[in-house]
Amino acid sequence: MKKLNTLLAQKENLLSIYFTCGYPELADTTAVISALEKNGVDFIEVGLPYSDPLADGPTIQDSSQKALENGINLDIVFSQLMSIKQSNQTPLVLMGYLNQMLKYGEEKFCQQVVDCGIETLIIPDLPMVEFENHYQALFDKYGLTNVFLITPNTSEERIRKIDSYTKAFIYVVASSSITGAKGEISKEQIDYFIRIKAMQLKSKCIIGFGISDKPTFTTACAHAHGAIIGSAFIKHLGSHGVENIAAFIAPIKA
Amino acid sequence: MKSKFQPDENGYFGQYGGAFIPELLHPNVKELADNYIQIIESEAFQTEYKALLKDYVGRPTPLYLAKRLSQKYGAHIYLKREDLNHTGAHKVNNTIGQILIAKKLGKTKIIAETGAGQHGVATATVCALMGLECTVFMGEKDIVRQAPNVARMKMLGAKVVPATSGSKTLKDATNEAIRYWIQNPATFYLIGSVVGPHPHPDMVARLQAVISEEMKWQLKEKTGKENPDTIIACVGGGSNAAGAFYHYMEDQTVELIAVEAAGLGVYSGESAATSQLGEVGIIHGSKTILMQDAYGQIQEPYSISAGLDYPGVGPLHAHLFETKRAKFMSATDNEALAAAYELTKIEGIIPALETAHALAVLPKIKFKKDQVVVINLSGRGDKDLEIFIKNLEA
Ligand SMILES: Cc1ncc(COP(=O)(O)O)c(C=O)c1O
Repeated sequence: MKKLNTLLAQKENLLSIYFTCGYPELADTTAVISALEKNGVDFIEVGLPYSDPLADGPTIQDSSQKALENGINLDIVFSQLMSIKQSNQTPLVLMGYLNQMLKYGEEKFCQQVVDCGIETLIIPDLPMVEFENHYQALFDKYGLTNVFLITPNTSEERIRKIDSYTKAFIYVVASSSITGAKGEISKEQIDYFIRIKAMQLKSKCIIGFGISDKPTFTTACAHAHGAIIGSAFIKHLGSHGVENIAAFIAPIKA
Repeated sequence: MKSKFQPDENGYFGQYGGAFIPELLHPNVKELADNYIQIIESEAFQTEYKALLKDYVGRPTPLYLAKRLSQKYGAHIYLKREDLNHTGAHKVNNTIGQILIAKKLGKTKIIAETGAGQHGVATATVCALMGLECTVFMGEKDIVRQAPNVARMKMLGAKVVPATSGSKTLKDATNEAIRYWIQNPATFYLIGSVVGPHPHPDMVARLQAVISEEMKWQLKEKTGKENPDTIIACVGGGSNAAGAFYHYMEDQTVELIAVEAAGLGVYSGESAATSQLGEVGIIHGSKTILMQDAYGQIQEPYSISAGLDYPGVGPLHAHLFETKRAKFMSATDNEALAAAYELTKIEGIIPALETAHALAVLPKIKFKKDQVVVINLSGRGDKDLEIFIKNLEA
């Protein structure tokens, strides 16, 4: 049974947290996941540190850089994830760039992901046409689901097509931006969320990019099935450490 | 019939190319892909492009028989004088073309990346000419080593934004330009080489193709034949080489030589010889050959020449390499410096450091008697004087 799909079907106002593997310390990957689970995060975006993360802002870039300096690599990530496979019940979504998968070996990558108990991938530089031509069959073979992103500039026709391909959720990018905490959600953004909701898509929508705290999370949840917080969490983790994750999550859940 | 060296509908040259872009860029890239060929082939574009190249840039650039160089290496060596273009390099052929495309698409804000600063200067120049706003991203390391070009860009009214991530060179400047583009989708990304997502590599190649178009009739005038035996060009992203090769790619009798920067030596760990060190991967939205580690992390290249200090090559060049249509050679920092001093001494031409890499392979090639060789002299060395002076003294 797909853990993430069960969750999406049964619960609303989902809180998802993005974190970077191997940050702040190499071995922190598992501790961060456990702490997020303990604090009631609904699902977790596991970020694979990349040297040239084009869709990410300075906070996630810096955390990736630090993680790479710590010595993180895909083999270490997979062994870390394997070590908590039994204990962790929270669905994990793997987020990385296409070149990481390409170089690792596409089949080997998919096999490892599945072995770690992960069913869902977010690859921001994998466009729909490449998915159709080169990856759909591969992902199907391993039972993997690809999450597509939509943005304020994505046409209605394209959103409908993405909806038809979606097996987990649609990632609604909150604004024309790379990742990074912005502080507030504008009227324009809300109009865009309303427009998406009015399309009555079959897939659940989760909002991300620029969600940072209780007010922005609440606003996002009013217009979608949940939201993802990334940079704001990474910032907190960087300055307060793994021990103080509760201090970040509790006010958002309150 | 369509050429083997033109991209297919998804932007692939053989297995290389494509458009691996975040969804946010999809509308921009699609708009360009749907329109660029039609615009470039339109009579209005061609008239304006040709007029500007002639009266503003100073084309056609001369094809000069370098007699003393020829004597030294035992071949008929012609220099295609792209260094005599306005702004000092081939880069302006592309920026003139793209600024006309940008205008046609109604864009008013222009961004660009630059390594050596030549593309940044050429972009700032056309923006000044057209009265458009210009922002150029440049690696912090390159801002220091190519200071004259930074000053020129600023004087031309461009904003120069330092790229402080990674190796602080061309790769990182390109990352920053793409990130800015994602956040400001109304801007036009005026890319400086045959890199990036489709249609950028093909668009830039078409705009640089004027180099080989002129070579054909100039060679015919001078030698009686349109074809040389050999064309040599340096490769950073690959735009000057693409332009010099363009109209000869189909004709297997013309030998094409692409020269990459070997830094301190191809296998020294301080090099930018992508074809020798790279493997298939994705960089800046394009599937190509790139320098990366076992986990696909992009490696930091090194070359004395900011314009060649790039861990990838354009997808067309990856295809030319894989199909062996072009021969890939390399030159180290020291070989390039020696070649620059030599050309200066015996022909009175100070080449750009990038260009010097193309000249540096001359001693490594055994020429046949009467072999006709064209070297694409992609740029002039004014911007590199400080480095030349420092190494003269050393
Ligand atoms: C004079 C000159 N030649 C060559 C290059 C390398 O670029 P490309 O390979 O796109 O021609 C540059 C780039 O800055 C340059 O300034």
